[in-house]
Order: sequence, then structure tokens, then C-alpha cells
Amino acid sequence: MALAKITQVTGRAVVVPGDDIDTDRIIPARYLKCITFDGLGEFAFYDERKNEDGTEKPHPLNAPEHQGATVLVSGFNFGCGSSREHAPQSLYRAGFRAVIAGSFAEIFFGNSTTIGLPCVCPSKEDLAKITAWAEENPAEEMTVDVAGRMVVCGGKEYPVALPESAWEGLVEGRWDAIADLLEGEAGVAATMGKLPYVR
Amino acid sequence: MAKTLFEKVWDAHTVRQLPNGQTQLLIGTHLIHEVTSPQAFGMLRDLGLKVKYPSRTFATVDHIVPTLSQVEPFGDPMAQAMIAELRKNCAEHGIRFFDISSGGQGIVHMVGPEQGITQPGTTIACGDSHTATHGAFGAIAFGIGTSQVRDVLATQTLAMSKLKVRRINVDGELRPGVYAKDVILHIIRLLGVNGGLGYAYEYGGSVFDRFSCEERMTVCNMSIEGGARCGYVNPDAHTFSYLQNRPFAPKGAEWEAAVVRWKSFASDPGCHYDDVVNIKAEEIRPTVTWGINPGQAIFIDEKMPELATLSGGDRGTAEEAYKYMKLKEGAPIKGTPINVAFIGSCTNARLGDLLEVARFVKGRKVKPGVRAMVVPGSQIVAAQCEKQGLDKVFLEAGFEWRGAGCSMCLAMNPDRLRGDELCASSSNRNFKGRQGSPTGRTVLMSPVMVAAAAVTGEISDAREVFAIA
Repeated sequence: MALAKITQVTGRAVVVPGDDIDTDRIIPARYLKCITFDGLGEFAFYDERKNEDGTEKPHPLNAPEHQGATVLVSGFNFGCGSSREHAPQSLYRAGFRAVIAGSFAEIFFGNSTTIGLPCVCPSKEDLAKITAWAEENPAEEMTVDVAGRMVVCGGKEYPVALPESAWEGLVEGRWDAIADLLEGEAGVAATMGKLPYVR
Repeated sequence: MAKTLFEKVWDAHTVRQLPNGQTQLLIGTHLIHEVTSPQAFGMLRDLGLKVKYPSRTFATVDHIVPTLSQVEPFGDPMAQAMIAELRKNCAEHGIRFFDISSGGQGIVHMVGPEQGITQPGTTIACGDSHTATHGAFGAIAFGIGTSQVRDVLATQTLAMSKLKVRRINVDGELRPGVYAKDVILHIIRLLGVNGGLGYAYEYGGSVFDRFSCEERMTVCNMSIEGGARCGYVNPDAHTFSYLQNRPFAPKGAEWEAAVVRWKSFASDPGCHYDDVVNIKAEEIRPTVTWGINPGQAIFIDEKMPELATLSGGDRGTAEEAYKYMKLKEGAPIKGTPINVAFIGSCTNARLGDLLEVARFVKGRKVKPGVRAMVVPGSQIVAAQCEKQGLDKVFLEAGFEWRGAGCSMCLAMNPDRLRGDELCASSSNRNFKGRQGSPTGRTVLMSPVMVAAAAVTGEISDAREVFAIA
């Protein structure tokens, strides 16, 4: 299975401000009623974007100038709560190809990396600068340089944290672990043989 | 060398190091349900893969099951399609399914322990973040995404990075009216909703030594709410006595051998922890949330924090919380009127929880105008309660008595809040919109505190309402 090497993402950015944005907010539970991930893009941040009658609320994702944005910028502990992969799937299907945040909840980070959606963390100070730039320059593109572990915007470079295993996976085109896991088959049988409860 | 349970289980289940530096970790037990598995089976089909070890995966249906009546077809065609899909996938791949007709259906984190599938020293994964619940039995249990469900189905392994271990000691005596739920809400309040990032939580100390397995489940269940990927309690006599004679527990001579093996997984005296937190049991009082994440919590007799006392991100989140919850900074939360009282969920819907609630609501009445419901976590719990007549006690008091399922914890079924109703809830998440209405408000607390709120019609101190001293 050849996967694309994800070395950089360039596009317009949109800021969804706030800390502790949970996966229920990214995609409300009622939209998990499905048996495929198809079509989940339209439900990203649904209750934040829409009133109960379906009309739009003021929200960055509804703003005309942010349509087509591919980089999402947010605060700390992004993606906390439920392990639903529906959350990164909905962001990906809504067109996002990278997320910049102060920090990520662990399961969300893993789920995102596995579907090829890089999640990177600048320092708190740099995040504020990136956020301000993105809000002031909706028509301009920024680059999430995955390979170089940097965000580039407004002519400035900001270093970002990206754990080694995720960096390696994205840059080398091994972000989906399944191929590697399948290769370990012999070792799996051997390990199972040593564990009475799975024999 | 002295090791923690986490390290021992990790080492015993390590298959190899992957090219990206992660560990290929054997997942001995895989639990699946209808919400996060259908796409995984779809991915398997697309890749031309089979379920490699079908006897190591167990299924049940919980999130979408209506609790008013479990009779099919369900009113919601999508819910019906989801259970049908799970049935089809289990039949096609030879996976054991605790279906509605089995008598063993329930919230997936109840079914594992009830069946004796959840065992010490094992690795467990499930496409649900509350999988840490199984840590109550000394298992290392991870909540995973759907692509990872596919990975476990196809290979019985996951690509994982090793966690650090934080030991959380709660020593002393809990005061009357303080429960396991208060302990975990207090821990999350102290350490923060992302304080557990990169950690497994090992819970211990004299309070945990005395806790039943059910109480340990309540605490481990909410580890993820504190940002920890998993949480566990070392296995001991409580664990073994809970598991003995369960359908999937070892029997006869194998039982004896299993107990010896399980004991050997417990953390060694003198082992190294990456962090240690000590909490005095006496300091914990009944705890309720006031905000939109489980860390925004106070003791029932405290006032909600003033914004001026908070800084940075905490302040922003608090401002957002007060606006959403329609609550006032600096005010007491006690006395806030409620619309709904929900006793249920994988956090607090076991026999012990419901026995304790029944003890206090017997002879009392739910305040007129409050919608109150008790939802047992599993068919087995429901049957146990009905055998002891608890259902009658709840009905007599004005609670609805429902069938087993996730119910109003996340409202993927007909049980949900309407408009901006405020719900006193024994569940685990108070996120915006969590209980099914985009403006619905959730206040988390112990089941006995929910009962107190149901009876008075407002958020109350159960110690006063029920004269607990």
C-alpha cells in the first residue's frame, strides 16, 4: 500500500478559537449514526455553525472569506473527549489537511495521523502570532511544513512540535500503520503463544 | 527490577518495534459496538482482509439502543441499520455478539467484566474512549479510533507509543455521602482535563484498597476525562472474587493458575513512577460540575469561581461555560433548578450504584415537573435490580425504569435533553450539546447526588436531603 508522503500543506487558514474543544463539538453524537464516513464533512462543528432550525450562526467556518480553507488553527487540548474517529474524518472531509493547535488530546492526535491529517503544536507565544496572522489575512496562504517542523506565514517561520513517530509516518508515507502491523504477523502468533488468555 | 503493572503488561504484549519507533502491541481482547465498527469492517473489505483472530473480539450493542423498548424494528431506521450491520459483520466473521436477545447485552464496558472477559494483566481495546473502565481489573485498556479497530480486527495489534505512569494515592476514609464519582471528579479538578496527557493513571491507596470493583470502574472510567489514555487499579482479592465463576473466567485448576499469574502483574513494591500524586480522602466532598468540561467542578457547598481568579485559557473556557450554562460566577451552584435527572451510563449504572440510590429514594418522591430516569447499564444489572425489587422502588418514587443502554449519556438514541434543559447526570461528560440538545446543560455528579436533585428539583447536597452523616 503506497501512501502519499505528507511533507507540507499549503493553504488558507481559519481560526476556531478556544481551549478544550471536544470531539462532541467537532461532530455531535447524533451525526455518528452512520455506517460509513462519507458525507461527514458537512457536520463538522455543526452545532457551533448552525441554529436548530438549520440557519447559520456567526462562526469562522461560515464566513465567506474562509471557505476553502485547508488549515485549521485552534487552542489547547484540541480534540479531547470521545475517541470517535468521526471527528478527524469530518474535518478531513470538510477539506482540512492540517491542524495547528497548542496541544492535542492523545486519541484525536493518533486518529488524525492515521488518516494523514498532520497535527502540529507551536509554542504558546507563536500560536498567538499565527492565530493573529491567520485572522488578519484570510486571503493569504500559510504553509505547514511537516518535514521541516515549521509553520510559515507572513514571511516568518515558527517551529512546531510533532512527535518523532508521527513525523516519520507522515514524511515517509507510513502514516497508516496497517501495512507495518500486517508485516509483524509471525511475531504476533509467537507473542500470543506466551499468553494463556489468548491461546 | 521492580516494575509497574503497566510496564509488565506492556512488555508481555510487545510484538516488536515498528519502523517509526512505536511498539506493535498485542491486543488480547477486543470489544466492539455498533457505532465505531461498521466503517472498520468496511475498510477490511476494501483491503481484502479478514478478521485474524475472531475469538478474541466480542461485540454488543449499546449507544443506539432505545431504552423505552428494545423491541425491533427500532423507531429510528438508522439505528436499526446499525444493529443490522453489526449482526451481519459478527455473523460473517464469527464474532461472539451479546445481542439484545442474549440477556447479556449492555454498555460494552459493563459486558466485558460481567462476562469475565475483562481480566488482569491483559490488554483490551475498544472504539470508545471509556475503555479505561476495564483498568479496574488490572487490565491495560485503550480507547481507539475506527482505523485502529480495523488494525485490531486484521492483526490483533496496535501501533502504540509507551506511556508514563502516574500513581494517584487516595488515602484515609471517605466522608459519608462521598462516593467513587466524587473521587474521580476531584482528581480531574486537581490535575486538569489534560493533566494526564502521555500518562497511564495507576490508582491506589487505602480508599482504592477498600473500593469494590464497581467503584474502581467508576474511577477508571473517567481517566480519559483527565486526559489519561488509560487508568487502572492493581488486581487483588476484590478482583479475583468478582471474576470467579463468570462465564469467560478460567475454571478449576486453570483458575488457580490464573490467580497466581494475575497477582504477578501487580506493580512491585519500590517500582518507579514517573509522577506521584497524594490526596487525602477526608478532603473530598460531594463534587458537581458547573461548566462545559469535567474539570470545571466544585464541592457542592462551594461557590462557582469568579472569573477574576482565573487566568489565561481557564478564564476563557470559564467565560464560555457561564454563558452556555446560564450560571453566574461567584454564585453557589446549590439551589440551581433542574429539569431532568439521569442515573445511568458506563460511569454509574451498576448494581452497587442503584442499590445505594434505592436506599435513599425509597419512600421519597421526584419533584413534580422533573423528568427522572434510571437506566441500568446492562441487561444483567436490570435483571439483578428487578430481582431485588429496585425497579419498584424507583417507579414508586417517580423515576422511569428503562432498558439497558448508553441512553442520555450521549443521546444517540431517543433519550435526550430538549432545548436548554438542565440535567443532573451521573454520566461522564458535560460537553456542550453532549446530551442531545445543542443548548442542553449537564451537571455531573454521583448517582446519590442526582437522586437528591430529583427529589428537591434543584442541585442539592445529598447529605442534607437524605440526612447522610
